[in-house]
Amino acid sequence: MQALYAQLLVGLINGSFYALLSLGLAVIFGMLNIINFAHGALYMMGAFCAYFLLNIFGIGYWWALLIAPIAVGIFGMVLERTMLQWLAGLDHLYGLLLTFGLALIIQGVFQNYFGSSGLPYAIPDELRGGMNLGFMFLPIYRGWVVVFSLVVCFATWYLIERTRLGAYLRAATENPTLVRAFGINVPRMITLTYGLGVGLAALAGVLSAPINQVRPLMGENIIIVVFAVVVIGGMGSIMGSIITGFALGLIEGLTKYFYPEASNTVVFVLMVLVLLVKPTGLTGRAA
Amino acid sequence: MTAMTDDTLPVTPRTIRDEMIAFAIMTVLLLVVPLTGLYPFFVMQGLCFALLACAFNLLIGYGGLLSFGHAMFLGTGGYVTAHAVKVWGVPPELGILIGIAASAGLGIITGVVAIRRQGIYFAMITLALSQLMYFIYLQAPFTHGEDGIQGIPQGHLLGIFDLSKPTVLYYVIVAGFLFGFLVIFRAINSPFGEVLKSIRENEQRAISLGYKTDHYKLLAFILSGTLAGFAGSLKVFVVQNASLSDVEVGMSGLIVLMTLVGGLGTVFGPVIGAFIIVATQQYLAGFGSWVTVIQGSIFVACVLTFRRGIVGEIAHLFRRSL
Repeated sequence: MQALYAQLLVGLINGSFYALLSLGLAVIFGMLNIINFAHGALYMMGAFCAYFLLNIFGIGYWWALLIAPIAVGIFGMVLERTMLQWLAGLDHLYGLLLTFGLALIIQGVFQNYFGSSGLPYAIPDELRGGMNLGFMFLPIYRGWVVVFSLVVCFATWYLIERTRLGAYLRAATENPTLVRAFGINVPRMITLTYGLGVGLAALAGVLSAPINQVRPLMGENIIIVVFAVVVIGGMGSIMGSIITGFALGLIEGLTKYFYPEASNTVVFVLMVLVLLVKPTGLTGRAA
Repeated sequence: MTAMTDDTLPVTPRTIRDEMIAFAIMTVLLLVVPLTGLYPFFVMQGLCFALLACAFNLLIGYGGLLSFGHAMFLGTGGYVTAHAVKVWGVPPELGILIGIAASAGLGIITGVVAIRRQGIYFAMITLALSQLMYFIYLQAPFTHGEDGIQGIPQGHLLGIFDLSKPTVLYYVIVAGFLFGFLVIFRAINSPFGEVLKSIRENEQRAISLGYKTDHYKLLAFILSGTLAGFAGSLKVFVVQNASLSDVEVGMSGLIVLMTLVGGLGTVFGPVIGAFIIVATQQYLAGFGSWVTVIQGSIFVACVLTFRRGIVGEIAHLFRRSL
């Protein structure tokens, strides 16, 4: 049973990353109508940002948790201003192709300087060690990742669904022209939205650095899994993205315990099944 | 879909005559290559990728469906043909047929799933499906995992043509490429191709006119996958191995890049694009991981400034259909 709980915990942690990443993808898609293929590369940049902060400036984990998402978010906003904004009005596919190219560039540059091996990033002192919960041993850092991700996910949900800013955002998703007519600067909102989505990816990167090490290609495979998560959950609802992300992480964990051979593929197989039964995704609208 | 077609595809009336002339020029060029002293291995590799890109282009350029997982067909055709020729010892023609059959089968299965969504979701689904195939091939014993299938015998095609002779192999590859190219050319100039284009322009309207668009999309997907698998089968005899790199996401991206550079929805664009990308790979092989950066930059530059691609720009300039 110990092993089962351990795999479930790993599943929950991966689920946190899936949730944070698919949330960012959904927010970006809502405003920009772009599927951000560079999301995995930006997640990687978040982890590298934490690594640089620690090894060059001596700035530790807690500040990295704040600085890395902001720094990568600003980088994302520069990308949006200089490139992505020119794609408005074109077919969705061009956004996918452009961001795929950006992902290749970013990953290639990092791979060139840091190779393919992982760089270590230590767990902060405050979160070292573990707790005995009676039925299992819980490493504190891993518990922290799950709880903190949940908090961030729900904060994002609250921001978008319950605040005035979120209301503008949702309105601009539905009808940007009308919202502009009310005197709201929609292009600036689009830029900020991209920054927010990218920041969430970078945050996931910082969280994963002590667990998975810092690698230039760490975002390459996860982004494809997150695409499958997005297809399963649909991008219409914020809560849907969060729940689907965590649920699929858990299912992956269960598979690792019961049938490890399929743990790499279970999410994709589930995607196929969902498409056969309910093509619009579990929570999504037709798109 | 309208935004893309307004901006990328030549709006001039299609004249099959221009395309016929271009086809004749291409055929003559390919036939005289061995006389020019140009490295035939490079041309053969280029031709395999050209066929692959043409097959991909059938979906995106005429059906408006962006497949980000076409590497799965290349890999399937390659692995199955390689296994059949090396382990079962079948002659090359039968090996190719088995490879084609396998990729057609994969096309049916994945097509049924993928065409259930359009646009951006279609791209993500095909990407996920190809990643699924990647993990299956990674774990399946017959592919030998990271090592791949090595040292594949070339054998005698139909018992007559000795494929280990470079010139013979070259003409066989040219014949295979031209056959696949003509199948695609025929398909896009048939009533089937016209319906496909109408789906790209306005699927709802095609449905309201009574076309079962799902059938057309599925058929196009299977045809495209089968021909991509054919390209993979041919490639086995050129490079004499089949490895995981053919099934990777990076390969799917490369296929997209070739077609984008040459010109989405042009008849000859994918061929030109494939040769350009294969050439850059050869030239830049010494730059290591900078190749990825360069390819990414080409992607970005194409999307931002050059959406018609090379052939598309030429066709637009001279108001021809190419």
